Amino acid sequence: MFRIRFHGRGGQGMKAASRILGNAFFIEDYEVQDAPRYGAERRGAPIFAYVRAGREPINERGIIRHPDLVIVADDSLVPVPGAGVMSGVDARTVILINSEESPQVWKQRLNFEGHVFTLPVETADRAELRFIGATCVGAAARLLGVIKRESLAEAIRQELADLGSDMVEINLSKALAAFDSMQAEEGRVTPAVTESAADYRPPDWIDLEFEDARASAPAIHAGATSVEVRTGLWRTLRPVIDHDRCNRCWWVCSTFCPDGAITVDSEGRPQIDYDHCKGCMICVAQCPPHAISAVSEQDAQAEEAEVAST
Amino acid sequence: MSRTLLTGNGAAAWGARLAGVDYIPAFPITPQTEIIETIAKWIDTDEMNARMVTLESEHSMITAAGAAAATGVRVFTATSSQGLLYGMEMLYSVAGWRAPFVLVNVSRGLSSPLTLEPDHNDILAARDSGCLQIHCSTCQEVFDSMLIAYRLAEDERVRLPVIVNLDGFYLSFTREPVEVPDQKAVRDYVGSYDPETTLFRASAPSSQGVAVLGGGPYSYFRYELHLAARNALRVYDQVAEEFGRHFGREHAAVEAYRVDDADIAFVMMGSFATKARAAVDRLRDAGLRVGLVRPRLLRPFPEAHIKRLLKGKRGVAVIDQNLSMGLGGVLHSEVASALYGQDGAPAMLLSFVAGLGGRDIADEEFFEMVAVTQRAIEKGEAPPPRLLYTQAELREVRKLQAIAHVEYEELNRASSANEGDRQ
Repeated sequence: MFRIRFHGRGGQGMKAASRILGNAFFIEDYEVQDAPRYGAERRGAPIFAYVRAGREPINERGIIRHPDLVIVADDSLVPVPGAGVMSGVDARTVILINSEESPQVWKQRLNFEGHVFTLPVETADRAELRFIGATCVGAAARLLGVIKRESLAEAIRQELADLGSDMVEINLSKALAAFDSMQAEEGRVTPAVTESAADYRPPDWIDLEFEDARASAPAIHAGATSVEVRTGLWRTLRPVIDHDRCNRCWWVCSTFCPDGAITVDSEGRPQIDYDHCKGCMICVAQCPPHAISAVSEQDAQAEEAEVAST
Repeated sequence: MSRTLLTGNGAAAWGARLAGVDYIPAFPITPQTEIIETIAKWIDTDEMNARMVTLESEHSMITAAGAAAATGVRVFTATSSQGLLYGMEMLYSVAGWRAPFVLVNVSRGLSSPLTLEPDHNDILAARDSGCLQIHCSTCQEVFDSMLIAYRLAEDERVRLPVIVNLDGFYLSFTREPVEVPDQKAVRDYVGSYDPETTLFRASAPSSQGVAVLGGGPYSYFRYELHLAARNALRVYDQVAEEFGRHFGREHAAVEAYRVDDADIAFVMMGSFATKARAAVDRLRDAGLRVGLVRPRLLRPFPEAHIKRLLKGKRGVAVIDQNLSMGLGGVLHSEVASALYGQDGAPAMLLSFVAGLGGRDIADEEFFEMVAVTQRAIEKGEAPPPRLLYTQAELREVRKLQAIAHVEYEELNRASSANEGDRQ
């Protein structure tokens, strides 16, 4: 049985990608199980999805502990602990990652011996990320080596038919291009051998002890603890205020911000709290003099890094 | 008949559509919402001819379901966890009206603390409501159980609401291959609903669930409800057998997997029971005679099947994905009461609590439960009930507590500084 895990951010199409791969396996007469797993149910928040496919009915269920293939649509998720990208990865796992960095850099960074492949997308253009799911699934299908090109195409048509023929065509071209680009690596992913019940490592179960309610009630004895959670990490686009164009209306952007991440100082200048701005771009849409623009988060960070180094 | 990939939610919606439901009172809640979204879309595109009404709460939704069923139409509704609890008052009430309908519950752990992922404490809170319960372990079973549920609910020997339970995430959002038969095949099996005496009509007033005092009449009505639920044992076997003849799939009241020659059996309900199935295969490969007993029916409780299947086993490990505070696992005590004093009852009946709030159960944990059961058999003594919980999980909780504690200290410092200011 193949066990495949997709990691991405809400809105990057990982659920659709997992379903396309599921469809493709199903077309190839595999038994299939696919599922998305959302935590925060918000655009930009880490999500994962998984696919199991085998020739026998599948009894396994729930999270994949030891994936054969891990697909990462957004390389900024790798250092986010909650995303669990490297969870259960071992030397035989294949990692497919959408990144400008080379596979060698990732092997070094992750201290990982196995196969790493990067995706052939122009990551500099964030608009391309709309189709990153298609690119991921195209490359993944070739790495798996058991999905025919036409089955992949049919799987995409099935999944995306409701979006209209233009969207189907764009996704098809992205997915098939990625499929073709991985020709040399066809069948690189191999299913793991299942652990034997005769020789397993026993779980380190413990006995939970009583602890009094001061410790064991699910309470946080402090207000506004949500500030400690840096939801700004979910952002793929960054709103940037041009203070020369801002007409100091002092309220429109800050009022519309659903996260209260915009404050206005005593001089009427709005300031964005980038630790908590999730990048929804509502302020960009609402600002009367169009003083807020959307900038790729990756570009903005690269620029910051450059400034910091000089 | 076509085999297609469907989520558990999609399978439930297809079941309602092909069963030909007339009326769907609805209220959204994660992880159930996809069911009513799917049905709403079909009604919008005229693919399904039914009336959907969104109510302002689950309390009203269940009232509407019972009231509509009392007019003699076929009713479907769905909810989950907090929603089921919010409607609980009416769930008990409408069962007493003897107006049959089918409710899907998508299991999700209950607050507090709040969570989204599944366990069975929500559905078990409805255990004594008079509604019957079918617990599913695959998406196919969700679809099939919808059809069986209408036959069971509407049977004149029963006339009770039936809850079809599927686990959030692990079934609700998980796609698996599902055989969806054509409309005619389903109609041939489910038939049309003959409401007989339950015919509440406009301009023809009648009262449902009237008041009675003194205990005598009350006892009569409540015991009749119990007897109807007990009848459902026999009726279930019949309608499930008939289902098998129509569609070629067997759904016994209690699933038995490789149990006949087993020394040790797992007993568990719900979607994680398929993980137990996988573990049974692996344990068999390793030469251990292990099987799985999975109740699909929880109410009425199929104790005759349980007794028969567990007779002569050396040890039984009951895995409860629920926790009755101050008792332990609910299924364990129900299985124990079925087996007590029975000839050939297993000497060792172990209790494990696992999968609370969707917590995974690892392969090695199934293997270890068998090892613990074997040791108990050898020693002749059952260990105390165990929560499946690892050192690593406790370490994660300790981290959260450490953060919460720092904040608590800071708050205290801030408030004592304020005190100082005032003095």
